[in-house]
Amino acid sequence: MASISLRKVVKRYGRGPNANPVIHGIDAEVGDGEFVVIVGPSGCGKSTLLRMVAGLEEISEGEIAIGPRVVNRLEPAERDIAMVFQNYALYPHMTVYENMAYGLKIAKMPKAEIEARVHKAAKILELSQLLARKPRQLSGGQRQRVAMGRAIVRQPQVFLFDEPLSNLDAKLRAQTRLEIQKLHAELGVTSLFVTHDQVEAMTLAQRMIVMNGGRMEQFGTPEEVYARPATPFVAGFIGSPPMNLLHGRADGAVFGITGQGLPLPQAAPRSGSLILGVRPEHVQLSSHGSWALKVEMIEMLGAERLVYGRLGSAAFTVRIAGTDPVPRVGQMVMAEASPDRLHWFDEQTGQRIA
Amino acid sequence: MIENRPALTVLSHLVLILGVLIVAFPVYLTLVGSTHSAAEISQSRPISLLPGHHMAETYKAALFGGTTSTGSHIAAAAPMLWVSLVSALVIAIGKIAISLLSAFAIVYFRFPLRGLVFWMIFVTLMLPVEVRIGPTYSVVSNLGMLNTYAGLTVPLIASATATFLFRQFFLSVPDELAEAARIDGAGPMRFFKDVLLPLSATPMAALFVIQFIYGWNQYLWPLLVTTDETMYPVVMGIKRLIAGEAYTEWNVVMATAMLAMLPPALVVILMQKWFVKGLVDAEK
Repeated sequence: MASISLRKVVKRYGRGPNANPVIHGIDAEVGDGEFVVIVGPSGCGKSTLLRMVAGLEEISEGEIAIGPRVVNRLEPAERDIAMVFQNYALYPHMTVYENMAYGLKIAKMPKAEIEARVHKAAKILELSQLLARKPRQLSGGQRQRVAMGRAIVRQPQVFLFDEPLSNLDAKLRAQTRLEIQKLHAELGVTSLFVTHDQVEAMTLAQRMIVMNGGRMEQFGTPEEVYARPATPFVAGFIGSPPMNLLHGRADGAVFGITGQGLPLPQAAPRSGSLILGVRPEHVQLSSHGSWALKVEMIEMLGAERLVYGRLGSAAFTVRIAGTDPVPRVGQMVMAEASPDRLHWFDEQTGQRIA
Repeated sequence: MIENRPALTVLSHLVLILGVLIVAFPVYLTLVGSTHSAAEISQSRPISLLPGHHMAETYKAALFGGTTSTGSHIAAAAPMLWVSLVSALVIAIGKIAISLLSAFAIVYFRFPLRGLVFWMIFVTLMLPVEVRIGPTYSVVSNLGMLNTYAGLTVPLIASATATFLFRQFFLSVPDELAEAARIDGAGPMRFFKDVLLPLSATPMAALFVIQFIYGWNQYLWPLLVTTDETMYPVVMGIKRLIAGEAYTEWNVVMATAMLAMLPPALVVILMQKWFVKGLVDAEK
């Protein structure tokens, strides 16, 4: 097992002045045995980053080390990694057994050991009955498990997952998520897992890297990322429904947004252009509140209700319990949030202030 | 047909049967002709549509040669069939091997002028043997390849069609497969041998059928590069049987024609399933 170090990693397509940078210098240390999820919207460079660790994409600048070894110039096979692809990339003409054994066969491992490893992996993944089948005779979930089996038998230093669950239906996805967690607990191999699904990210990650536009916005535990998002992007990306973000100016004790002034709590900064973030679940509708919300739409989700409305001219969402009194559409209601639930970001730098 | 209309069914069957008759009648006539003696054919006007009783001796004469009733020589077809078989096999297998490798290079490797190379191969589609026959003959003759198997086959082996077909096929193979092989530690040739070749089995079979028949039916090119009777392919042999003698032994001509039709027909019949599969879908 090994740690992974990314040092100022840059990726550009093309050369010279026309080069198109897609990853702008990423620094991250993934600990030995850690399960780290890279999450971000499509096109943010998360898959590219993973493929650079795998050795499938060249590193334009910077360094990637697996354990003590810098792997920039090593072939994928020499990096001691295994990768699970989104479409599984199983060899269609080989049986499940041959698929899992292929890498070991090339590594010239003795037949008996190959057999032992494949059977062991098949047992962990409940594939023992399917070893003689071809991939096209398997269901999506089974193929996914074969792809994982192919990774496991190599006993690599690092597992790389490139959105391995996105081709599964919702139920199977939840189930496989649990299996991956169980597997990681069992094998303890350092893992990088790329996904665009924040639920996957939150549930699987020990720590997560949130990426946007080729930059790392935040690197922390799911709790940290949820409780203290480093940038407005992270604040809006993680959490469902997303955090309310209000752009405005602080002036003394008042935070002015278009159409309304909100009283500022004690701790907040007292001047400048700011973004105020507050999660829908941290807002209460209460007559003591000082924020006037015009209700526009209500969604019933069972245990809870989402109240969509406008605070001044800004869209604003509140999550209330299903048993709470329901405001009427078109009504003005008062809302409030505890000051320690408010997130403040600097409009200019895009960084968290408090 | 999804709808069930008897009149339409009858009509479509009628069209099909008519088509079969048009195609099959000449073949039948050839078969019947090959079972009569030369004298019977020349005397019966119109030609008899019923099989005769001289099949064995006619085919024996066609295969192993002999003399006609007027005393002239009949060339044996067996060695010519062998020449045809070898050339057709070399052409078909050679075309597939070279096209596979060139398509592999074009799709999976990035080298300078790759696009240009691809287009140069593509442009040769406009230059079949018939167009470049003069210069090609000159090259083959200067290389001393007249009257050899190499002369019969090598100029016909390079194939833009097959290269293009394999290129399209390789492009449809997901990139992740190549990447998975890289992670598994397979080098390019290992990936080619272990993954691409087995996947290409069906298009290879389809191409083999097409190219075998192409090679077997060559007439113009062998006519130019062979002057030695032992290097004549059977298609040329048939023609020589007709033109060469004052009195043509039609029964032997028919028998030789039947023999010449047999190998391509066998290839088609045996590989029909693969052939259709290779053109319609691919295992991916």
